[in-house]
Amino acid sequence: MRWLLLKDLQILRRSPLQALLLIAYPILLALLIGFAISRAPEKPRVAFLNEIPPGARVAAGDGKLPSVGVNERICGRVACVEVDSRAEAEEKVRRGDTLAALILPADLIDRLNSLGTLNPETPEVDVIVNQQDPVKARLVDDRITVLLAEANGLIARQIAAEGGRYLNLVVNGGKFDVLGQKVEILGLRATATILRALRPAVPAGMRAELDRVIRFATLARDNLDVATPLIDRLAQPIAVDKKSIDGSAPPLETFAIAVAATLTLTFVVLLLVAGSLALEREENTVARLTGGIVSRSALLVEKLGLGVVVGLGVTLLMLAGVQLFAALEWSRLGLWIVAILAAAAALAAAGAALGAAARDVRSVSLLAFMVALPIALLSLVPSGAVGTTPFDAIRVITALFPFKPALQAITAALDSSGRGIGTPLLHLAILAVAYGALARLALRRLQSA
Amino acid sequence: MEARGVVKLYGKREALKGVDLSAGRGELVAVIGPNGAGKTTLLSILAGTVKADGGTVSPPDGGVGWVPQQAALYRRLTVEENLLLFARLEGRPEPRGAVEEMLKLTGLGARRGEVVARLSGGNQQRVNIAIGLLAEPAVLLLDEPSVGLDPRQRARLWEFVAGLAGGGTTVVFSTHDIQEAERFGRRLLVLADGESLFDGAAAELREAVRAEAPEAAGSDFETAFVAFLQHRGH
Repeated sequence: MRWLLLKDLQILRRSPLQALLLIAYPILLALLIGFAISRAPEKPRVAFLNEIPPGARVAAGDGKLPSVGVNERICGRVACVEVDSRAEAEEKVRRGDTLAALILPADLIDRLNSLGTLNPETPEVDVIVNQQDPVKARLVDDRITVLLAEANGLIARQIAAEGGRYLNLVVNGGKFDVLGQKVEILGLRATATILRALRPAVPAGMRAELDRVIRFATLARDNLDVATPLIDRLAQPIAVDKKSIDGSAPPLETFAIAVAATLTLTFVVLLLVAGSLALEREENTVARLTGGIVSRSALLVEKLGLGVVVGLGVTLLMLAGVQLFAALEWSRLGLWIVAILAAAAALAAAGAALGAAARDVRSVSLLAFMVALPIALLSLVPSGAVGTTPFDAIRVITALFPFKPALQAITAALDSSGRGIGTPLLHLAILAVAYGALARLALRRLQSA
Repeated sequence: MEARGVVKLYGKREALKGVDLSAGRGELVAVIGPNGAGKTTLLSILAGTVKADGGTVSPPDGGVGWVPQQAALYRRLTVEENLLLFARLEGRPEPRGAVEEMLKLTGLGARRGEVVARLSGGNQQRVNIAIGLLAEPAVLLLDEPSVGLDPRQRARLWEFVAGLAGGGTTVVFSTHDIQEAERFGRRLLVLADGESLFDGAAAELREAVRAEAPEAAGSDFETAFVAFLQHRGH
């Protein structure tokens, strides 16, 4: 069997394009993935025009809210390209220099302040987008929606805090600025205390009325105490309490590396094994080999061995390439190898089943691509992205092919805090046996045909 | 080598209907018949690459070498690499020695380092046969070995095969070329639609043709043979 394996490697070496692809493909993929994950996502470039007069503040009661640093906040989320006029902003968007333009009109603060008057006007910001590219348009919409939600939340929190300060004055008393004069506010708490102290000195006939005033002051104090946190909650009524019910997700970087490694392994192993077996058929050597020289099982095992050996080498090469850009836990190398070997064995068995069924290398290569690519894409569809019935169908389809368990096994091997590796390994073992049996059956039919 | 009452079914179609064949040491047996007669099926069963549905096949003590019609070798490897691979797979104790022997036998020593894909059809067929001989079989089975060869290559091929038979190797070959069978086969087995119609020497076949199709007696052997098949209902 080792001579057959050496022969296949010799043929591989004899095909410079194939050999180059086998080495170049993982290196190229590693470089691409590494480059992508080593760079933080770039902020979208947005033309920014702030027409609000300097010193304008949002009013709250008789006071004004402190400056929130609008420019800094916005430009912290997007890459601001400051412009001097609306025309310039529009031109930047039209030419594609920026994804969008955000204009804060001069009357924005006035309109915000009008919300507390009898003639409220809706505060608006102006957004200019180029809708030519739907993906870009969606990205800009999302970013601006988030920015506005943050701005609204910030203002609401500041108003709530100011309102809470006034309520506190009413309840507990204190000093208050009115037109530059300090005014002492007694507060409900002190009012009730003073009235209680005065009660014995009040004629008996008036005590009932006094008691009503004391009760009111006490009740108002207690209820307004409760109102303060309520006003606070109004600023952010819904809080997020995130609980993960299906294990912890691996870091995006690790998942991206696992996807790249699994894709590499899938295409290399599947195409190599299927192509190698189809080549035996193309060269008419299957009957000669299995006519007494080697058994069908031995021929299959040799092809699986070829896929596993080359798949392991190529995937490790790819991971070594990724290491240049992202830190991988090489202490888990043993687990990586286990995961890659199991995945490669199942993929090789699937490749053998395809190769035994196809007539020639070209058709089997096409078949392998047509099978692997959609299944790989389907395997990446997250739950909730499609309806329940289509997702159940996707789960069944992807469970029948080794890509998804291979991805799960490699992710688990790469991510120390992730899920266990046992279940995907068992899944891969079952698929390897099933596809191996299918391939053997196909070889038997091929020989007796 | 002996086969008795060999039956092969492909679905409901009977590819072989109880065919007998025997071949002694150093004998050259030609299996002839029109396309679809069952020649390749019979040889594949004798080689052990296809299982019979009925009858018995007694393989010879020295094993069988199988040379399929389409050259079964690796075209991206050189002549020498192909021979060495199969010598190793056949478990030859001295694989390199066996390769030298085959290169000498086939006359391809000068082209040992050449990739098979670049060889002519005739030379590829010689390598194909050499691979079949690597196991040093007592019986060599050749399925239509001269198909696609020019007359010069054909002559070299038959010279080579005659040399093997002269050395004691039993050779059973299939062909649909009646003149080739008559010229090189010491014994002829005629198959048509899976049925064995004749088994004997070429001269005996001529006699049988003359007896059964007298109207074609004056024609060439091929025309007379076709008339013979028609008389037998094929």
